[in-house]
Amino acid sequence: MSEPGGDAAVTEVQRPRRVRPSYTPYLLLLPGLAWLVVFFVVPTLSLASQSLQTGNVETGYTLTWHFQTYVDALSHFWPHFARSIIFAGIATLLTLLLAYPLSYFIAQKVGRWKNFLLVLVIAPFFTSFLIRTLAWQTILTDNGPVVALARSTHLTDLLQWVQLTNNDSLMNSRFAVICGLTYNFLPFMILPLYANLERLDHSLIEAAGDLYATPIKTFWKVTWPLSLPGVVGGTLLTFIPAAGDFINSRLLGNTQTVMIGQVIDSEFLRVQDYSTAAAVSFVLMAIIVVIVAFYVRRAGTEELV
Amino acid sequence: MTEWTSGDLRLTNVTKRYDTFTAVDQLDLVIPRGSFFALLGPSGCGKTTTLRMVAGLDQPTIGQIWIGLKDITETKAYQRNVNTVFQNYALFPHLSIIDNVAFGLRRRKVSDHKAKAMEALELVQLAHIATKKPGQLSGGMQQRVALARAIVNRPDVLLLDEPLGALDLKLRRQMQIELKMIQSEVGITFVHVTHDQEEAMTMADTIAVMNAGRLEQVGDPATLYEHPKSTFVANFLGQSNLLEATVKSRDGSIAELDVHGVSLRLPVDRLENGASAVWLGVRPEKLRLVANGSAPDGTGDSNRLTGVVTDASFTGLATNYLVRLPWGQELMVVQQNDGTSRVAAGAQVTLGWAPEHGFALDAKQDAHAGAQDQADDSGAA
Repeated sequence: MSEPGGDAAVTEVQRPRRVRPSYTPYLLLLPGLAWLVVFFVVPTLSLASQSLQTGNVETGYTLTWHFQTYVDALSHFWPHFARSIIFAGIATLLTLLLAYPLSYFIAQKVGRWKNFLLVLVIAPFFTSFLIRTLAWQTILTDNGPVVALARSTHLTDLLQWVQLTNNDSLMNSRFAVICGLTYNFLPFMILPLYANLERLDHSLIEAAGDLYATPIKTFWKVTWPLSLPGVVGGTLLTFIPAAGDFINSRLLGNTQTVMIGQVIDSEFLRVQDYSTAAAVSFVLMAIIVVIVAFYVRRAGTEELV
Repeated sequence: MTEWTSGDLRLTNVTKRYDTFTAVDQLDLVIPRGSFFALLGPSGCGKTTTLRMVAGLDQPTIGQIWIGLKDITETKAYQRNVNTVFQNYALFPHLSIIDNVAFGLRRRKVSDHKAKAMEALELVQLAHIATKKPGQLSGGMQQRVALARAIVNRPDVLLLDEPLGALDLKLRRQMQIELKMIQSEVGITFVHVTHDQEEAMTMADTIAVMNAGRLEQVGDPATLYEHPKSTFVANFLGQSNLLEATVKSRDGSIAELDVHGVSLRLPVDRLENGASAVWLGVRPEKLRLVANGSAPDGTGDSNRLTGVVTDASFTGLATNYLVRLPWGQELMVVQQNDGTSRVAAGAQVTLGWAPEHGFALDAKQDAHAGAQDQADDSGAA
């Protein structure tokens, strides 16, 4: 793909006096555009069309503009939508709470250990998502040390009281699903936060201290507002995939923790109701777009990015 | 060092050691309240470290820092009534100019902080850009905002860390005058760190010259220039011609010195008691240059040397000569463009100067100390 661009550049050098529009930038855009058209625009349109078709797998589908599918999907699955948003929201908040101090520490405090610690953050990516989630089954298993500790500290009672678990185990519960989501998406929060906090000008922290701000005030008045672009980036990278996730809820949850990703999965592959599956996918996409648009506006970080 | 009044900034035996080197070595300094004080020295001489210790951003390894009767050595930066204008200004990019200026007032819960911040902005003539963000301002404007943000808190001491380093020459000149005016208007103690000797001389009442973590000399600009106490000061502040001399006799108020067989004179009070081998120094602009044969009695000054002009460069304001003496040493001579006839390279000349324009330095010191530092720094600036 780089060949045509290179040739164009050579011809321009040979005839320097003729001013003509350069097509090179457009040529360079082409592969990306083609990729997006083939793997995003076309599937999206086909999914949109599918959601408005009626029929079944045996006899085939015809486009009948059947909007009732959306109404049915929403009335059937609204609890799953709500649950997905809530679980993803809690997991995003937890990743932020875990990742912020860690990123700050790596970016500002450790000096030459920086790269080593970053490798440790990324290291889990060397195993598959599925394996990492399955590992949580072992961690939270009933006769494991984690559960024993949780029982002896009455953490299990507390979790049961706030309805994150149903009994005195930890597996197959809302708690386990949220743990899985938090763990799996943690690096997506750490990396943007790190990239942001690494650029934080230390003289601004010193200036705040020089201007009578205590360390806590300095954090809330200087560090935090300046890190908002990283926070917004990290929360988006965490929330969006977490809201559509179906592995964690299937491997770590129970029948009351089914998330919308799981619904789409089963509608497509088990029930084979393609129209409903397509409609649910579309509604999920719309909900996420609305939430993200609202969130980015509220954060008001355009000037800082 | 024992006479001081309340509100003076005092450093007693302040030392800052890092793993491998000593940045500041046993510094004793009194900076009177309300003065414009310059810490001058080449990069790496410890002046910025000293400033950071006063600001509370670095802790001295030993020694104390006092403001008036209060020992502030152990207090944190945010507890000190000291503000800093940082070298890169360090304005908060997410806050408007007015919020930047009001930052310190807000932290100290000062009422009507908005009005006070506006007043400070008016002082630096930037009231009209109060709602802009720092990123929208030029370097000179940011510099003034940084100054307003510090001054508005009325600190006991205002620290300026090479505040004009990033500005171009013309703006720097303008800001030098402006800073000096603002300082006399608000009456706050200014401690100005710089490597630019001209800047320090222009602005400061008192200059402390630092070298390798130690104080070389403290004094007003004229004293430092006319009576340097070390070869470092002689070379770092302006230029100096240093001649190897031995004291022949002291007769009343005048001493006779021998320089390569030529007898030269110097007031006795410029000599340390009992000194015999010295560097006899004289500034290039104090030397008068006359071509041999043009005037019957040479220059009319009592100290005279003869030599050959090896280089003459006309700069408009003055002509700079290099004159080689019979023993090979070259002296710098600056002749003001005041109508005196110029001399071409190769001419035989007589150099003359009045004895009171000379100064004597300990011969054990390196004659070139400070000269290279200054050349490096002015090149980098």
